[in-house]
Parts: sequence; C-alpha cells; structure tokens
Amino acid sequence: MLMPPVVVARDLVKRFEDLTAVDHISFEIEQGEIFGFLGPNGAGKSTAIRMIQCVSPVTSGTLTVLGMDVREHSREIKARLGVAPQDNNLDPDYNVLQNLTSYARYFGMPKAEATKKADELLEFMQLTEKRKTMIEKLSGGMKRRLIVARALVNDPDLLILDEPTTGLDPQARHLIWEKVRELKRDGKTIILTTHYMDEAQQLCDRLVIMEAGKFLVEGKPQKLIDEVVGPCVMEVIEPDGHVAEEYLRQQGLQVERSADRMYVYSKECQLINREFKQRFPDIYSIIRPATLEDVFLKLTGRRLRE
Amino acid sequence: MTLLGNLSRGTIAVWRRNADVFFKTWRTNFLPSIFEPLLYLIAMGLGFGALLDAAGGIEYRGQQMEYIRFLAPGLIAISAMYGGFFECTYGSFVRMHYQKTFDAIVATPVSIEDVIAGEILWGATKSLVNSAIVLMVIILMGWLLFPAVLFTSATVLLVLPVIFLAGLMFSAIAMIFTALVPNIDSFNYPFFLLITPMFLFGGTFFPISQLGAAEPFAYTLPLTHASLLIRDFSLGLTGTIDVLAVVYMLVLTALTFYPAVYLMRRRLVK
Repeated sequence: MLMPPVVVARDLVKRFEDLTAVDHISFEIEQGEIFGFLGPNGAGKSTAIRMIQCVSPVTSGTLTVLGMDVREHSREIKARLGVAPQDNNLDPDYNVLQNLTSYARYFGMPKAEATKKADELLEFMQLTEKRKTMIEKLSGGMKRRLIVARALVNDPDLLILDEPTTGLDPQARHLIWEKVRELKRDGKTIILTTHYMDEAQQLCDRLVIMEAGKFLVEGKPQKLIDEVVGPCVMEVIEPDGHVAEEYLRQQGLQVERSADRMYVYSKECQLINREFKQRFPDIYSIIRPATLEDVFLKLTGRRLRE
Repeated sequence: MTLLGNLSRGTIAVWRRNADVFFKTWRTNFLPSIFEPLLYLIAMGLGFGALLDAAGGIEYRGQQMEYIRFLAPGLIAISAMYGGFFECTYGSFVRMHYQKTFDAIVATPVSIEDVIAGEILWGATKSLVNSAIVLMVIILMGWLLFPAVLFTSATVLLVLPVIFLAGLMFSAIAMIFTALVPNIDSFNYPFFLLITPMFLFGGTFFPISQLGAAEPFAYTLPLTHASLLIRDFSLGLTGTIDVLAVVYMLVLTALTFYPAVYLMRRRLVK
C-alpha cells in the first residue's frame, strides 16, 4: 500500500524582518525514510525544521505534517512528533529519569505509564545506570543520548534530530548512529540535520543541501556524489608555485584550490593522474573515491561562512 | 481571544513542573518565609513599635492599636508581592533564557500560552505559600509573644484568597518585564522603581493617610490594595473600600495578563 508522505512542503517561505531564511522550498518526506537537511551555518536548515515542528510560524506557502496543516493543528502535530534539539535544553532541576517523566507529562501521559516508558528508553539509550543522576553530572555524550531518549517518550511518528552528534567523541557518535538505524528499522520516519558529511552519507536515504534558504540539490547520497562530483577525486599538494595548477587548468579540468591543496573533479581521474605523475613526478597527488563532503564543498564553496 | 483559546491542561503541567522542583527542596525554600517575619516583628514590633506605643500606638480606621498589630498584615502583603514578582522575573527568566526550559516544553503539545499562564499561576502559588507561612508565623507569635497579632476575626480566612489574587497580579506584572528585559541585570529597574517604592509606601509600615496630599498617589500602587485588604481581613475591619480594592486587583490582573502573554509570545515565537 502506498503511504501518504509524512511531510509535504510547497513553496515554503520564512521571512524575518530583513532576512529570508527559507526561500520557496518544496519537498516531500516519505514514510519510513531518513531525510537529511545539510548546509552551512545560516543556510536555513534549523528554520525549516522549526516550521515543521510547529514552533515557528510559516510566512507563506503550505506545509503539512502527518497529513495536517501546521497553521491549524500545531497541538495535534506536536503530540505525534519527537524533537531532539541542537541546544541542550534538558531540565537541570531534574535528574535523568525525571527529565523523561516530566516531559511525558507535557504529552498528558499518566505517571505509571511514563515511568515504564522512561525506563525502557533509558535501557535503549544505555543510560539505566544514570537513572538518578542530575543533568549537570552527565557527559556531553550522555546528554545527547538523553535528549534522543526524551524525543522518543511519546513514541513519535516523526522524529526530528537536529545535529544529534555535534561535539561527541567517535564512540558516542557511533552509538547514536546505531540507535538511529535501529529506529529506522522499526519504521520511524526521521529528519536529520548535520554538519558531518560521513554521518549524512551513512544514515540518510535522501537529503537536501541548502544554502541561503534554497535547495542546491536533492537526492540519494550516492546519486548526488555520482552526479555532482563523479566517482573519484584527485588531490594534488602543491605548496609553492602554480605550475601544476596551470597545467591542470590548461587541460580544461575543473580545479578547486584551497591553500596548498587542489581538488580535481573528473570522471577520468585515473587517466589524468597517470599523465600528471609522468609530467610532475615530484608533486604529490592521489586518487580517492568521491564523498558527500566533496559534493557539499563543491556546491557551497570552501570559504568560511562566519 | 486566541490567547485564551490556546490555553489547555498544559498550563497545569507547567505549574506541576515548577511545583515539583520547589517542593523537592521545600525545607530550604520555606526558611526565608519563616525567619523574615520573625526578624521584622521583633525589630519593628519590639524595638521601633515600643517607641510608638509609648505615645499611644497608631490610629487605623479610627481605632487605636499597637504598632505591631498594624505592621503584621503589611508583612504578609509584602511577602505576597515579593513571592510572585521574584518568581516571574528572576525565576521565569532563568528558566526561559538560561535553562531553555520553555523551548523544551513548547516542542510538546503544550503551547507558549500554556507556559506563560502556568508560570503566572505558579508565581501566585509561590505568593500563597510564602505569605501563608508568614501568616502562620505571625499568629504563632501572637499566641506566644505579642497578643496584639493574634488575629481572631473569622475574616482572617479571606486573607488567603486575597494573597492568591495579589500573587496573580504581581506575577502578571512581573511577566511583562520578563518579556521585555534584554538581560537579567535589567530587573534592577522594576525592583528599585516599582517594588521598593511599593514596599515603603504601599500601606505597609505606616498608614497611607500619613502621606497627606500624596495619599491619592498611594492608591495607584498595586501593593496598597493588597495590604489594605489583607489588613482589613486580618483585623476584621471591612468597608466599601475593600470592595474597590478587590475590583482594582481583578482588573489590573486581567489587564496585565494579556500583554504579558502577548509580549512573551512576541519574544519567544520567531
């Protein structure tokens, strides 16, 4: 059976006083997929997500979540969403367990049921030992896990994870990834924003890359890599001089330079590299598979945003 | 009207959150409410009051009374004012700005209107808790030490709803400032421009009739009406002016509740 999309946006716009943060975007998020919003800081990812979670009013366009209009049914929509925000807004006046049970109360869940659910979630996120610990005593990774657990308290139909692994060590990141995959296997629809391209590549079924409120591209990670960058990237390190760069440009190749490093995007990488090595045996060059990071940097540029 | 339309049982959930946190550490939270009135009664009643009583005490509503009898209800009114005003300025600001508690809550079916209404309701509850303790301490002191403050009139029971109403009023006023201040230090302004003048001139330490030509100005102060009602109900001296005071407090509460919710919405919903 064909399921209706979980989120449908048409010409969605969000304007602040002097800034259009989201500029006429349209997209659909299907049941059971992990959908990624990528983009540099200030691209409009969080604003788009805040509109989906009904905490930021839509300026124009239409947006339906779980089949309901966000303008009319914010309370009903919010009852079925789980949100793990970017900022740590756990309640410091409560311990780990109370953070979950008090949150459950905002969904109108009876106490006994809330405690049972909270214990299940602590088990799931491997926090059972910290049940009675106050929030300030938790590590960064534990706080993130608790925020994800809290987002699951109401057994949501749509889970929103806003930069779930920012600032975490590799072990903590992998645990979160594992849990996200587990949730997907259980059929949850998930929206994910992240700055880590490996994370997006690993987790997202489909993603968009945003810049200045608009979508630059939309699609499956591998397809985007193939289409935008090609199968491989040649990296050349030329600390001084521009001989190699001039040569590569003369070949009509697309070259991006950042300080001492050049990136050559071409389907013919192997061939180009072989010829390059013959000509410049002393300059270091290497071929590697293209990644989503190449897509991202190619589309949004290498200069710093802030 | 949509402001009220967005209220739900979520308001109670927000109130419960604050109540649970407060009662977790109730022992330390109750201490100031117990010791402050004790210190005031002893210092002002025994020390300062003795000077006045040597000259025949103080006249209120045509009755001569010991100073401490006049003062004690004023202490209840002061604690009602501080209870709600502190909670909905510093307390709410910390939850809103530093702890991001409001952000976390509005991601659930609870609306921002529920959050603000719940905070104001909790501020009023803080007033009620604090002032009820002050009232009990005063009556206990009346029984043990100062017979003048052993309030026996049945109308003393009406003091409790008055405290709660005063709490709502001061909490709603406080919430307007919380919606407007750029940072937590800015609360110094409402405290020294509004709260301290009320503390001194709101019919607390001396009858406002003493103000002479400035007496009508005292009636513009919210605390004047709260202390008037609390004193009259404590002492069992009621009159038409008490009805007017109730009306004043009801109207001011309603008039400040709307802008409080509206301004907080404007601050938080972006």
